Amino acid sequence: MNASLLEVDGLTVELPGTARPVLDAVTLRVAAGEVVGLVGESGSGKSVTARAALGLLPPGARRAGRVLVGGEDVLGAGQGRLRALRAAEVSMVFQDPRAGINPVRRIGDFLTEPLRLTRRWNRRRAEERAVELLAAVGLPEPERQLRRYPHQLSGGMLQRVMIAGALAGEPRLLLCDEPTTALDVSTQAEILALLGRLQRERGLGLLLITHDVELAAATCDRVYVMYAGRIVERATAAELFGRPRHPYTIGLLGSTPPLTGPPARLRPVPGTPIGLDEAAPGCAFAVRCAFAQAGRCDQEVPALLPLVDGADGAGHAAACVRLAEIPSPAEEVRP
Amino acid sequence: MTPLLEVTGLRKAYGPTLAVDGVSFSLPPGGALGLVGESGSGKTTTARMLVGLERPDSGSISVLGRPLAPAVHGRAARLARAKAVQMVYQDPYLSLDARLTIGETLDGVLRLHGHHDRSARAARVREVLAQVGLGDREAAAHPRRLSGGQRQRAAIARALAVEPAVLVLDEAVSALDVSVQAQVLNLLTDVRREAGIGLVFVSHDLAVVRYVCDEALVLWQGRPVEHRPLPELLAGPEHPYTRLLLASVPHPGWDPGGIARRRRALSELVPGERPD
Repeated sequence: MNASLLEVDGLTVELPGTARPVLDAVTLRVAAGEVVGLVGESGSGKSVTARAALGLLPPGARRAGRVLVGGEDVLGAGQGRLRALRAAEVSMVFQDPRAGINPVRRIGDFLTEPLRLTRRWNRRRAEERAVELLAAVGLPEPERQLRRYPHQLSGGMLQRVMIAGALAGEPRLLLCDEPTTALDVSTQAEILALLGRLQRERGLGLLLITHDVELAAATCDRVYVMYAGRIVERATAAELFGRPRHPYTIGLLGSTPPLTGPPARLRPVPGTPIGLDEAAPGCAFAVRCAFAQAGRCDQEVPALLPLVDGADGAGHAAACVRLAEIPSPAEEVRP
Repeated sequence: MTPLLEVTGLRKAYGPTLAVDGVSFSLPPGGALGLVGESGSGKTTTARMLVGLERPDSGSISVLGRPLAPAVHGRAARLARAKAVQMVYQDPYLSLDARLTIGETLDGVLRLHGHHDRSARAARVREVLAQVGLGDREAAAHPRRLSGGQRQRAAIARALAVEPAVLVLDEAVSALDVSVQAQVLNLLTDVRREAGIGLVFVSHDLAVVRYVCDEALVLWQGRPVEHRPLPELLAGPEHPYTRLLLASVPHPGWDPGGIARRRRALSELVPGERPD
């Protein structure tokens, strides 16, 4: 097995004035050359998890656990060390490219500035590198793009620029937080094709954060499902979508209208995801779960336990105390 | 049977930019039509013309056989228009009045539409909210106190309160979490079945459109490129743009690498021209 580029180990993050932790004992890993999905709804903690890998935690947060990037503890690292890590080891692509770029400066400034500041390159060398990067992300006439302003580019083109910027330091780990959610569907497909190509060519470890289960199924090797700050299920993509085991994962798949197969009524999860102001003494999903058992699910915090029954279920694990009694809808859900 | 909605040759230009051109369709009672396209396809402009927020340059819109005037003057005409077509927007935060409780918002709508008896209005508010799965607690709450799904239900209730012939939904479920989106989608199919309301469902998401609608009108650069029943459209898309949209939907074994090729095939078309 490849060495882990990202290792999150029992990470718990608590904010003052909230009833439950933002993250509760989150453990996940991303190895070189693999695409890992982190799926969850709003407030599940998926973005906080990714930000922790950059050493970014909300102000005032109390934490426990470790986050290692390339073997180095980022939560204990000083500012200088963090800057070096972010410049060379790990970078992030955010959802809204327009929010992450200075609108009054040119694309060229955006791309060359970090190279000139962290690597002390001169303007000419940095610009040559910027042109290479823009060509690598598939923008036509890269020299001309350097002189343009963000408002002159479409959302899809600008997201390509952001990806070019994220690749500038030749990181081994790329974190993508809903990188295509703000884009049109066909542009989304093109950006994912680009990310897939770059990931294969460079052997990157890629963490893809998304709310879209279909997208994760289509693009990831392995997937973690988060709910209310906890990992509730992890498996290979094929296993997770072929044989989901946690009631929440089953609910998510039952909530997604399929494009093919016989039309059947959706089976949505009742209620809404719990907020930070709601405590969850047992399983956080219990209040919405059809299988929840009073006195058990609302009191016992379920551990993420490996499943032993799956023949091809290598690494499949779920956090549910009633796992043995819940049938996986398997082929019924995904015909 | 008189169609609920009959739209012929809608056209709208903003200066030199043609936003919508040649959009025609007919919606039977209880029918549901998906307007499908990406940004700039003209789907939102079409929706806004249906509710009278934009004035078409040419073309006509009839509701239950009666043409809607291109411009609405006066209270009676405005109310008649509101009764014909109601709209639900993507972001209920912006479309609901933040200063009013959900109950007050609905009460105001009913009062405006000539329901003068206070207790009858209160009963009707409760009834409409129950229809979308909301209760007294939500009726007494301001929009900011509700979750995204509850707010969108409230926005749907507000639109249903006037008993419109047609409900236009502009990306009304796009901003919701999937588990909540499914609840609202089921609500919409129920409303359609039980109330016989016609739906015009604007969306970029073909899977969602397939779930809610019978047929889809695909728009590209302001022009309709394909208008067919959904099973047919999904099984054998004819226009390169429809093919591009379909190929863009993630599925197991998906190869997004083929998208660029489909986009090239599209760019070789003169806008609006149909393939042979």
